[in-house]
Amino acid sequence: MSDTTRPLSAPSAEAEDAPAAYSPWRDFLGRFVRNRSAMIGIVIIVTLCIVAAFAPTLALHPFAEQDLMRSLERPLTPGHPLGTDVFGRDIYSRIVWGARVSLQVGLMVTSVSMAIGILIGCISGFYGGRVDLVLSNLINLVWGFPLILVALLFVTVIGPGLTGAMIATGLVIWSGFARIVRGEVLALRSREFVVAAQALGRGNLWIIFRHILPNIIGPVLVIASFTMAVAVIIETSLSFLGLGAQPPTPSWGSMLNEGRAVLYRAWWLATFPGIAIALLVLGFNLLGDGLRDVLDPRMRD
Amino acid sequence: MTRYLIHRSLFLLPMMLVISALVFVAMRMIPVDPAELVVGPYATAEQRELARQKLGLDKPIIAQYGIYLLNALQGDLGRSFKSGKEVTALIADTLPNTLLLGSVALTFAYLLAIPMGVLAAIRQNTLIDQGAMTIALIGISVPNFWLGLLLILTFAVGLRWLPATGSGTWAHLVLPSITLGLQYTAIVARMTRSSVLEVLRQDYVRALHAKGLERRKVVYVHALKNAVIPIISLMGLHISAVVGGSVIVETIFAWPGTGQLLINSIIGRDFPVVQAVLTLLGATVLLANLLADVLYTLADPRIKYSAHR
Repeated sequence: MSDTTRPLSAPSAEAEDAPAAYSPWRDFLGRFVRNRSAMIGIVIIVTLCIVAAFAPTLALHPFAEQDLMRSLERPLTPGHPLGTDVFGRDIYSRIVWGARVSLQVGLMVTSVSMAIGILIGCISGFYGGRVDLVLSNLINLVWGFPLILVALLFVTVIGPGLTGAMIATGLVIWSGFARIVRGEVLALRSREFVVAAQALGRGNLWIIFRHILPNIIGPVLVIASFTMAVAVIIETSLSFLGLGAQPPTPSWGSMLNEGRAVLYRAWWLATFPGIAIALLVLGFNLLGDGLRDVLDPRMRD
Repeated sequence: MTRYLIHRSLFLLPMMLVISALVFVAMRMIPVDPAELVVGPYATAEQRELARQKLGLDKPIIAQYGIYLLNALQGDLGRSFKSGKEVTALIADTLPNTLLLGSVALTFAYLLAIPMGVLAAIRQNTLIDQGAMTIALIGISVPNFWLGLLLILTFAVGLRWLPATGSGTWAHLVLPSITLGLQYTAIVARMTRSSVLEVLRQDYVRALHAKGLERRKVVYVHALKNAVIPIISLMGLHISAVVGGSVIVETIFAWPGTGQLLINSIIGRDFPVVQAVLTLLGATVLLANLLADVLYTLADPRIKYSAHR
C-alpha cells in the first residue's frame, strides 16, 4: 500500500535521515499524541466509554429504581451525590446509565451514515457525469436541511421512540460524509496512480477499494468525530422534546426534560445531565479538531 | 449571473413540490386514522365514514394530494384537528414571532462573532486568541436546550432579572435570542478567525506590508474586507439552521412561534398543522439555501455556477 498511499504529510527532516524508519502511520501517531485538543478529546471520550462499560458497577442504584419518599432530594445527600428526581431516582446513577444510551445512539448513527455517505460520495465522485449531477444535487439538498426538521418528520410518522430517532438521524446525517468523500474522490480520480491502475486494466471496484478508499480515511475520520457530536445532540434534543427515548430509559435529554418541569424547585435536575451531554459533545469536537489539524492542516474550517 | 439565478429559481419550484409531496405522503403513512382523531374514539362507524368523506380520505392518495395542492394554492391549508382553527390563521399568528426571534438571534450572533474572530486572528496564539476559541468551542458543544435551561435558572429563577417564558416585551426576547444565537456566534467566530488568517497569508497582504503601509491599515482596510465577505455569504446557511434551532428554543421559552406550534402539534397529533408547518419550514430552508448559493457566488466570482451546481 505504501506505493500508492499519499503520505499523510511531507516526510520530515528526521525521516529523510533515517530512510528505513518512515511510516505514515507512525508519523500520524506521533503528531496525534502531541496534539493537545486531540488528546483532551480522547481522554474525555475514553473516560465516558469506561463509565458506560462499567455502568453496573459505577452506578449506585438501578436506573429505574424509584423511591417516592425521597423525591427531589438535594445534591450531596447521603446515597445520592447529585440528588434525586421527582420519582426519587438517583440522578448520578441515571447519568452513568445514560452514557450507554448516548454512546450507543452516536455509534449506530455514525456507522450507518458513514456507510451511506461513503457509498454515495464514491459513486458521485468516481463516476461523474449525469450520476454525479443527480447525486451531488441530492447531497447538497440534504446537507442544507436542518437535521432536527427531518428527524421531527420521521418521529411524527414512526411515533416517539429511540429507534425512530436513530433511523431519522442516520438517514439525514450522511450528507456530511458524502460531501467530503465526493470532493476527495474527484481530486484522486485524476491522480497518476489511479490513471496508472486504469491503464493496467484494473476494474473500477478494485481501484476504489485499493487506491481511493485508503486515501480518504483521514477526512472520513474527521467527519466521523464531528458526526458523533451532532448525533448525540440530535438524540438528546429529540428526547428533550419527549419524542426520543421514552421513560424509564435514562437518556440525558429526557432527564433535562423532566428537569424543565421542576426548574423552579430543583436546579440540579436541569444541570447535571447537561454537563454530561456537553462533555461528550466537547470530547468529539476536540477530537475532530485535533484529527483535522494532524491529518490535513489545509482542512481547517 | 442572471441566467444562473433564473436557472436556480426554476429549480426551486419542483423542489418545493417534492418537499410538499414528501411531507404529504409521510403524513399518510402514520398508522392512525385521521377521521378517528376528528370524531373521537366513541363515534359510530357511520360518523367515522362521514368524517372520512369530509376529509377526502375515501379518494385515492394522488387525488388527495391534488386537492391539497389546489387548496393550498388558494391559501387554504385545512383546519386544525384540535382547535378547529384554520391552519393559515395559526401560521399567520405565529410566523412573525419566529421571524423576530430568528433575526434578532442572527444579528446578535454576527455582531458578536465577527469582532471576536478578527481579534483572535490578529492576536493569533495569544491568550486572547485561545480564550476566544475556547469560548467558541464550548459554544458549539453546549446544546441549545441545556443552555436555555441554564439561562432560565440563572437570570429568571436566581437573579430574577428577566422573564423565563412568554412574549410581549423586549425583555422576553433576551434569553431566547441568546440561546438561539450563541451557537452561531461560536461557529461564525471560528470561521472568521480562519478566514482572516488565510487572507493575512496572501501575497497581496505581504506586498502591502512591503510597500510600508501601516499594519493597522493593512489589517482593517484591506484584509478585513476580503476576509469577511465569505462569512457574510454563509448567512444563508445559518438562516436555515436557525429555522431548525427555533423549534427547540421556542419550546423551552414558550415563545409563541411556528416552531412551538410544530412541536405542540406533533405531540397532540394535529396532523394538518404538522403537515403545513413542516412544508412551510422546508420551503423556507430551500429559499435560504438559494440565498446562500447566490451570496456565495457573488462573494467569490471564481466559483463556476454554470456547469455543475
